[in-house]
This record gives sequence, structure tokens and C-alpha cells, in this order.
Amino acid sequence: MLDVLQLLIYGVVLGSILTLGAIGVSMVFGILRFAHFAHGDMMTLGAYFGLVFVVGLEISPLAALPLAMGLTAGVAVLIDQTIYRRLRRTAPVILLISSFGMALALRSVIQLIWGPNSQVFQSGIQIPHRVFGLIIKPDHVWIVAGAVVLVIGLHLFLTRTKMGKAMRAMSDNVDLALVTGIPAERVVMGTWVLGGAMAAAAGVFLGMDTRLHPTIGWGVLLPVFAAAILGGIGKPYGAIAGGMVIGIAMELSTLFLEPTYKPAVAFAIMVAMLVVRPSGLFGGRT
Amino acid sequence: MESLLDYGVFFLTMTGIYAILALGLNLQWGFTGQFNIGVAGFFAVGAYTSAIFTTPETASHLGGFDLPFPVGIAAAMLASGLIAVLVGWGTMRLRTDYLAIATIGIAEIIRHVLKNEDWLTNGVRGIPGISRPVESEAGLLAVVLAFVALVYLLIERARKSPWGRVLRAIRENENAVMASGKDVSYFRLQAFVVGSAIMGLGGALFAHFNGFVSPEAFGPLYGTFLIWVALIAGGSGNNKGALFGTLVIWILWSGSEILTSRLPVEYVTQAGALRVLLIGIVLQVILLYRPEGLLPEERPKLGKPGED
Repeated sequence: MLDVLQLLIYGVVLGSILTLGAIGVSMVFGILRFAHFAHGDMMTLGAYFGLVFVVGLEISPLAALPLAMGLTAGVAVLIDQTIYRRLRRTAPVILLISSFGMALALRSVIQLIWGPNSQVFQSGIQIPHRVFGLIIKPDHVWIVAGAVVLVIGLHLFLTRTKMGKAMRAMSDNVDLALVTGIPAERVVMGTWVLGGAMAAAAGVFLGMDTRLHPTIGWGVLLPVFAAAILGGIGKPYGAIAGGMVIGIAMELSTLFLEPTYKPAVAFAIMVAMLVVRPSGLFGGRT
Repeated sequence: MESLLDYGVFFLTMTGIYAILALGLNLQWGFTGQFNIGVAGFFAVGAYTSAIFTTPETASHLGGFDLPFPVGIAAAMLASGLIAVLVGWGTMRLRTDYLAIATIGIAEIIRHVLKNEDWLTNGVRGIPGISRPVESEAGLLAVVLAFVALVYLLIERARKSPWGRVLRAIRENENAVMASGKDVSYFRLQAFVVGSAIMGLGGALFAHFNGFVSPEAFGPLYGTFLIWVALIAGGSGNNKGALFGTLVIWILWSGSEILTSRLPVEYVTQAGALRVLLIGIVLQVILLYRPEGLLPEERPKLGKPGED
């Protein structure tokens, strides 16, 4: 029983990270109509930006988080403006190819700048809290708390601001949104700011949880997609539920499967969902 | 001079194997508009299947069954085709983005299986001692080129056939095809399975050429990305483009290796990343400035009413 509870905790931590990644994937897919394959590597980039500030300014990863989010959002907008924007006139699937190339290009840039080896934000061992026999690492508390704060912030942004409402409208129905006079280009830019920032947070948290490596983001890309599809494309709130389900399922699966097959569990859930109900739990778009 | 000739033979053999993969992808993406981003998975399954079927019996992995080369090839195509049926079943009704996600998922899972299931694949140590159908390098090149020619002729024949026209019609306008009474999902599944089986063939040839397979060769870069760039650079939908694009991209890829090998020693580990970046930029430039590729697809001539 204790095992299961312990894995549930790990599942919530992983779920928080996946959620942050899935929000961006879901929004981009909903508004720009393509699966953004570079999202995992954008997470990696965010993690390394975090590392720059952690090392350079000698601050904690959490303090570096807003800076990393800002920088990554900037890079996301830059990539969109220089490449994706010009490809948007053609079929969305061209954007998909482009983003796949962008994923590998980003990874090579990361490897060129920061090297191919693993790095950590802070060396040394954290002393975990013990609560009723459960091991809880301080970093895990920070990751979940950070994700909760970001998701609440996202909720307020999407429901209270004009930009947020425009984003939800466009993600529900692009054509309908456009005839009401929503400035499409600005909404798209906003989507990248949001998606990039959330991806960076996911990346920093991923780095806090384990270590930094040029492929950390690529490694969770599949679970992130699974979370976005499970929650329903274009549904940022669905992404939260999807992220949690996938994260918890992945960790619980280690009770009877090799840990290396965690992504396979996410994949199996995703395929089952695509077969049974491709619009996701909350009726997103297909 | 001799070593240059050897290199030329090696280069052309590799290009031939990748050309087969590109032709398989052209059937899926170029004709039908299917986004298979897990080429590496089908490539790997083909390579490992043929390796397991043709190596002598050993304790280090499943088999080997010590069967002849043609059996290995057939088994490889069958195995890749079967996996394609499984992947295709659930995703053929959906937008191609979902196929992309599903295929990359299956490719990553296959890679994990290759790495971790020692009883099946000998894990990261890989399978050595895969026999060659002919001994000499030049003979092997001839075998590979014969297969390239065969696949090219068959796919070119398929492209001109009514079956190929349906596939291209699905790519252009799915609803119109549906309205004319064709089972779109079924046609898509056929194209996907045949294309994947061809990738399995490429994998088998790779295994027999290399003599050794390990999970390293089937990552997303070597297994999928280079083939996509080759097809897009050459011209999606055009079989000649697939061949030409593969040649161009392999020249670029090998050329960049020769250039980066001249870098000072301390940069050598980074050279790989630099080459990937270069190919990534090539892809973006092609997509932006020549999305139809170097040899664009020939559009059917529109006949005037009354003619023909």
C-alpha cells in the first residue's frame, strides 16, 4: 500500500510537469492546427536557460524560473516569426515537418552550447522529508506547488483578460473567432509566449526532478502529446487532467513493468483514447 | 585511388539502402499524405528480423534460425508490415497529425525494446555476424541497386495505376474520394502497410550490408530525419525525386563529416551536433523557398473536353 502511495506522489510530480508541457501543445494544436514536435526540445532549452541563471547569478532554480520562462517564450516567438509564420500559408502538415526539424536543430544548438553531458542545477543530496513512511523530496514539493501556481495564473489569464478569452475562442473555432474580429496574429504570438513559458517551466522542473541533459525534453514528448490528446486538443483545462492521468499511470506501471517502458504506458493510453474517443476526455477537436 | 573507389562503393550502397527507405516514405507521404515520423521503427524491425532469421543459432538472442537471405528479406517485410497494420488500424480515420504522434511513439518504443529485451535482441550489444548474400563489396552494391531498381519500378507502376490515383486523390481531397464511393481508411491502410514493408526491406538490406545491428543506428536522426529531409529535398510525390534527394542529402551528410573531421580535436564531440544543425537548416530553407523539392511532382496534364 505504501508503495502505491509513494508512486502516486511521484505520479503527481510527473503529472505536474507533463501538464505544463501539454498546455502548450494543446493550445498550439488547437489554434495553429499542427502537432508541435519541437515542444520537448523547447522544454530542454528552458531547463538550460534556467541553468545559466542558476550558475551565473547563483540563485535557486525556482528564482531562475521566471527568467527562463521569459527567455524561452522569446525564443518561441522568434522561431514562429522567422519560420513557422511563413509556412502557415501552406498546409499545416508542412509546419509539422518543420517543427520536427526544429526539434533536432534545437537539440544540436543546446548540445553545441552546453555540451552533451548531464548537468545538475545543484549538486549534493537533498534530505527528503518523511511523512508517515513516505519519502517526499523538497524539490517535489516545489515542483507541484510551482505547477499549481502557474496553472492558477493561466486560469486567471484565460478567463479574465481579453487576450486569454481571444485565445480560448480561437482554439474553440478559428473561423468563428476570426469573423468576430479577433487579431489572429497577436493571438498566435500570445499562444507562443504562453506555450514557450509553460514549456520552460516544465523543463526546469524536469531538471530539478532529475538532471539536465540535451534529450530530457525529447524523452517526455510522447507522454506530453498523450496528455494533450487525452485532455482534448485545444482544451488547456483538459491538459491538466490528461497530464495527471498520464503521469500517475506511468509511475504506477512501474509496479509490474520495467521503468524504461513508462513512455510505452503513456503511448498505450493515448492509442486506446484515439481509437475509442479521439476528441479526448473533454470533447476537444480532432 | 583504391580507397577512394572503396569509399565510393560504400557510399553508393548506403545511398541505395536509404533510397529504398525514401521510396517507402514517398508512397506514404508523397502519394497519400500520411505523416509517418517513425520510419526508424520500421527500419529497425526489418533489420532485426532479418538478422534474427539468418544468423546461426546462438544463446545471446532469439534464434538465430540460420535461414537463407531471401527468407530473411521476406520475414523483414512481413514483420514491418504487421506492425504497420497495428499502428494504422487505430489512426487511419484521423487527421495525419495523430498518425505522426502514433508512429513516433511506436518508433521510440521499438527502440526501448531493442535496448532492453536481451533475450530477443541481445540489448545494446546488438547482433553481430550477419551474413552477406555475396562476398564482395561491389557484388553487394549490385544487390542493393537491384533492389532499388525493383522497388522503384514497382512503386512507379503503382503510382500510374488506378490504385495510385486513388491515393493521390485522397491526399488532395479526402471528401471527394469518399463521395465517389472509395473506402478512404482502407486505401490509406494499404499504402501505409506497403510503405512500411518497403522500409522493412531497407532495414534488412542494411543489416546484411553492415553485418551488425545495434539500437544506435535506429534513432530519430539516422532512422527518420535524414530520410524525410531527403524526400522533401528531392520532391515529395516524385519517385525520381526520392532517389535524387537521397543522393543529394547523402553527399551533404558525408561531405559535412569530411569537413568536421578537420576540426581541432576538442570540437570533435560537438561536430555531430553541428552536422545535425546544418541538415536542420537545409530542411527549413527548402521548406521556405522550394517546398516542392528539386524535382517537383509531375502534375497530370488536364485534357480538354473532347480530347483523348
